Amino acid sequence: MSNAVAAPPAHAPESGAARTGRTSLSMNQAINAALHDALAADPRAVVLGEDVGVLGGVFRVTDGLQAEFGADRVFDTPLAESGILGMSVGLAMAGYHPIPEVQFDGFVYPAINQLVTQIARMNFRTRGALPMPITLRMPSFGGIQSPELHSESLEWLFAHVAGLKVVSPSSPHQAYHLLRHAASRPDPVVYMEPKSRYWQKGEVDFDEPGNLEGVDVAREGRHLTLVAWGAMVTRCLQAAEAAAEDGLDVEVLDLRWLSPIDADGLAASIAKTRRAVVVHEAPKTAGLGAEVAQLITERCFGTLKAPVERVTGFDVPFPSGSLENEYIPNIDRILYGIQRVLEYRRG
Amino acid sequence: MTSLAFERTPLADAELVRLYSQMTQVRHLDTSAIAWQRQGIVPGYAPMRGQEAAQVGAVAALDMSRDFLFPTYREMGAALAAGVDMGEYMATHKATWNGGMYDARATRVTPIQTVIGGSALHAVGWGHGQRLDALAADADAPLDLPVALVFLGDGATSQGDVHEAMNFAGVFETPTVFFVQNNGWAISVPTERQVSGGSVAARGAGYGIAAVRVDGNDIEEVVQATRAAVAHARSGAGPVVVEAMTYRRGPHSTSDDPGRYRSLEEERNDGGPDPLDVARERLLSRGAFSTADVADVQSAAEALEERVRADVQAQGPRPGAEMFEYVYQEMPVSLREQAAAWREESDHV
Repeated sequence: MSNAVAAPPAHAPESGAARTGRTSLSMNQAINAALHDALAADPRAVVLGEDVGVLGGVFRVTDGLQAEFGADRVFDTPLAESGILGMSVGLAMAGYHPIPEVQFDGFVYPAINQLVTQIARMNFRTRGALPMPITLRMPSFGGIQSPELHSESLEWLFAHVAGLKVVSPSSPHQAYHLLRHAASRPDPVVYMEPKSRYWQKGEVDFDEPGNLEGVDVAREGRHLTLVAWGAMVTRCLQAAEAAAEDGLDVEVLDLRWLSPIDADGLAASIAKTRRAVVVHEAPKTAGLGAEVAQLITERCFGTLKAPVERVTGFDVPFPSGSLENEYIPNIDRILYGIQRVLEYRRG
Repeated sequence: MTSLAFERTPLADAELVRLYSQMTQVRHLDTSAIAWQRQGIVPGYAPMRGQEAAQVGAVAALDMSRDFLFPTYREMGAALAAGVDMGEYMATHKATWNGGMYDARATRVTPIQTVIGGSALHAVGWGHGQRLDALAADADAPLDLPVALVFLGDGATSQGDVHEAMNFAGVFETPTVFFVQNNGWAISVPTERQVSGGSVAARGAGYGIAAVRVDGNDIEEVVQATRAAVAHARSGAGPVVVEAMTYRRGPHSTSDDPGRYRSLEEERNDGGPDPLDVARERLLSRGAFSTADVADVQSAAEALEERVRADVQAQGPRPGAEMFEYVYQEMPVSLREQAAAWREESDHV
């Protein structure tokens, strides 16, 4: 299985030393570096989860962390996701900054109770007395032919829960900086790692994080905006390249924060292109694409040249690997979505 | 099973007097809270009549300057014993604020927990944090850990989270006391249809953790057993299950109708001795208390009830802005916009 292949860990600086300059890293190396630096910068940060210690995680994202920071800071738990998140609640109450890992997105279902009824609400219920600075990392989305429940697209669920914030990086640079940012904030953040991009390399600029709060324009364009997040950003960039062969200048907007959504940043892109297609892996009905389309409608209705289109997964359980390519939006389907918007005629 | 040993020696008279006073206050407040519901002062309440010894006794074993308490929604007695302001406690039942208005950090009492079993894991995580703190401060010093005490009912132990919590606690040897009030009923379902095997304490063996079952109607036994449990956990020897056998003498909540699942005769026969009677008779027989003292304690409880009722009655709705304010430490722009719209579109300017 390809997901068992480990990439070498990122080169770690001397503990405590800040990274500088630019380096090419794969996304799992960038996340590893971010975890390393978060642990080094914050003595109250702890990493916990299944196999995160000696093994370094099934994707080796936590590789080397226990060796450097010890088994008190980076520790394996019994195989119980509710336990991992519930324990994180208690650690947060004790003044720690837990960075729990749920090994695969589909395994978060048994822990939804702790996530929704406890982590998301504790600050509210205690009127701010017991904040939950928890960063929940989770390999997310599909694309690696993994077994059932190892490929889910749950941003719709997390984004709907008041009290949680949700972010998904699309590149190694973002993966590093968004994780550092999330882990330094006082509110719970669900950090969705696009597992199919773990081995995607890219330049990480340690000196210039850029804006970490809102949307990111992954590719500038004039004719239409593709709105995506996580693994779909790369695919949209590929679709934009294909569209360019037909003379279309497509903008790709990386939403990044799925809760809260940067509606102004979103509107700024659409105000320029006046056409939009939202692309996501989750089922279509009640997915985040509907929310994005509505935000665009509220802010850009008068200038839109066509209704916002959606290219999404289908209203079926995430299928097994052999059908994954039929389910996950591919370049052709994205191009069809673009075509539907461009060919829209009023009335 | 490691059966936890504990002293059965009597408490000092002065301490028993203090605890009896607390139990009396709790009994009176609890009884009154039901009346408040009938009078429309509070929309609902979860009575705890019969569990005064278990709750007051458990908290008496803690050092609230450093330990932490994890209650559910039926722990008025524990909250009172821990020093929580009772008006702020009742805010949940008054529907003023979910979880209560008391400061969870200052009181060291987590907000009132609706999801039974949910907080067992929190107690484990908090306890693990204490262990990490101690090891970081001085890895070689003998452990003297702050302890987390989490209240569970027999019904809560059916929850998967309680299994995970006991398993985690055993694995990490956290300073956690799982204080189970086995009150015979989980709403309408009796213990024998709730707890397979009939004993929660017996489960400790499966997790390799110490356990003890005590008479939850006898406050001296509860205090002594819980003290032993706390000492065990404090020393770093790991978690403990204390199962206090008691009886929920009233309904599950003010919406419940126990007549549908048990008779008044069963309530009388199955409840065992009233924990207040047990404590009072003991004080009187030891000569530590006179009937005049009993009346004084009752008067003090009535005075407290009057103060709390006035507090609860005075509680109006919280300012609506707080609904937005406390969701996050850092309020997102989108929520700020919703708060602004609410302000504009409502009369709450």
